[in-house]
Amino acid sequence: MSDTPAGRPEAAPHRPRTYLDAGSSEPLRPIARDTFAAALDEGWADPLRLHSEGRRARLLFDSAREIVAAEMGCRPDDVSFPPSGTVAVHAGLSGLLTRRRPRLIHSAVEHSSVLHTADYYVASGGARDRVGVGRDGRVDVAALGDELDRVDGGPAVVAVQAANLESGAIHSVEQIATACADAEAPWFVDAAAIVGRLPVPPGWSVAAASAHKWGGPAGVGVMAVRRGAHWRAATVADERLDPRNPGYENIPAILAAAAALQDMAADAAARADRQRALTEKLRSRIAATIPDVEVIGPADERLPHVVACSFLYVDGEVLVTELDRLGYAAASGSACTSSTLEPSHVLAAMGVLTHGNVRISLTVDTTADELDEFLAALTEVVTSTRERLGAP
Amino acid sequence: MSGPAPDVTLDCTGERCPLPVIRLAQAIRSVAPGGVVRLLADDPAALADVPAWCRMRDQDLLGVDQTDGGPATFDVRRR
Repeated sequence: MSDTPAGRPEAAPHRPRTYLDAGSSEPLRPIARDTFAAALDEGWADPLRLHSEGRRARLLFDSAREIVAAEMGCRPDDVSFPPSGTVAVHAGLSGLLTRRRPRLIHSAVEHSSVLHTADYYVASGGARDRVGVGRDGRVDVAALGDELDRVDGGPAVVAVQAANLESGAIHSVEQIATACADAEAPWFVDAAAIVGRLPVPPGWSVAAASAHKWGGPAGVGVMAVRRGAHWRAATVADERLDPRNPGYENIPAILAAAAALQDMAADAAARADRQRALTEKLRSRIAATIPDVEVIGPADERLPHVVACSFLYVDGEVLVTELDRLGYAAASGSACTSSTLEPSHVLAAMGVLTHGNVRISLTVDTTADELDEFLAALTEVVTSTRERLGAP
Repeated sequence: MSGPAPDVTLDCTGERCPLPVIRLAQAIRSVAPGGVVRLLADDPAALADVPAWCRMRDQDLLGVDQTDGGPATFDVRRR
């Protein structure tokens, strides 16, 4: 007996789940699990102590720093592991705002942790300016240049992410780095979307990332502060292993994160090519198969594993819950799926449709067959939802 | 809002997207080319979605008006 509500596509019984939300969190890499288990036995002691147990833990911490530093393109000592990507952004960006009270220039599509840091800065008397994006979600580099060149502007700090996980847009990081360098403005880069997937661009002063985006465990952020950056802890400092990141280090999780990163980075280029081909096909097939859809983000300068689109006359919440019922996990930036009932600031800044939004992001293991099946399910869900809503 | 008087006025206050956009799409068919539909909506998503709909469906957004706290008013002319 089927208990499918009238007019809805029927869920196939016992169909395996297909997780298409790596943009929110890549499933834990098996090597991270193994490393974590081993490091619980080896890396539990206080790494500041001079006994063998402590020195062993210290060794593990140092090797995690080396691995992450190699990916970020900085020195091991530059790398800290705050307890999340969000904390890494808060501490990393705030630390650039403590001296000289610079003007904070950030893009309109930054992660909420950057926007919250900016709000906090403004509430404490700081100045901020936003730089917009094009319809494709890429930061307007000319507008950034104009903002930096403003004669009355004074010293500035720039926060522009490397890429955006809602639109898939990769920003013009080389030009952004050059614009910042020319204006002698430190560049804070939120690199969470690209670490372990694409090369981290040079030229930043402070960078942030998050291990669970690359298949590491949750609870491990990355804050990299390049030597010479005008960074000072905005909150209470510490005198432990890493003065920039207070508290007793979670070395097993940090080492597991580093192992996952090494694993992801090892075949990043080949995986990116494979994922780009898969998402290219999915983008064109969605546009060809389902009417009244806006496939968003740039055609070329985009994250290999992300496809985002908005369907006219469809409710984003219905879309993701119906897909979930059919066995597919996907995300949405539509207002009805957010806690605030505000549409995604990223979609709004791009000027694209915010309702009926769905973001599909491939895991390392996503196959072409899974995407074929997903497209069929998506087509069914969009069609039946439009019928029920009486869409024209 | 200045501009031509609307042929149809739709009050979608209290409705969440995509309903205002669906009703706009239905109403635009009820007016002749050149006719104007005025839409009132207080869903914050409408501020992004009505202009996006006009662009996707090739209709003219004549203007958007929002006074503090009140619903936004959109005038859309059928092509």
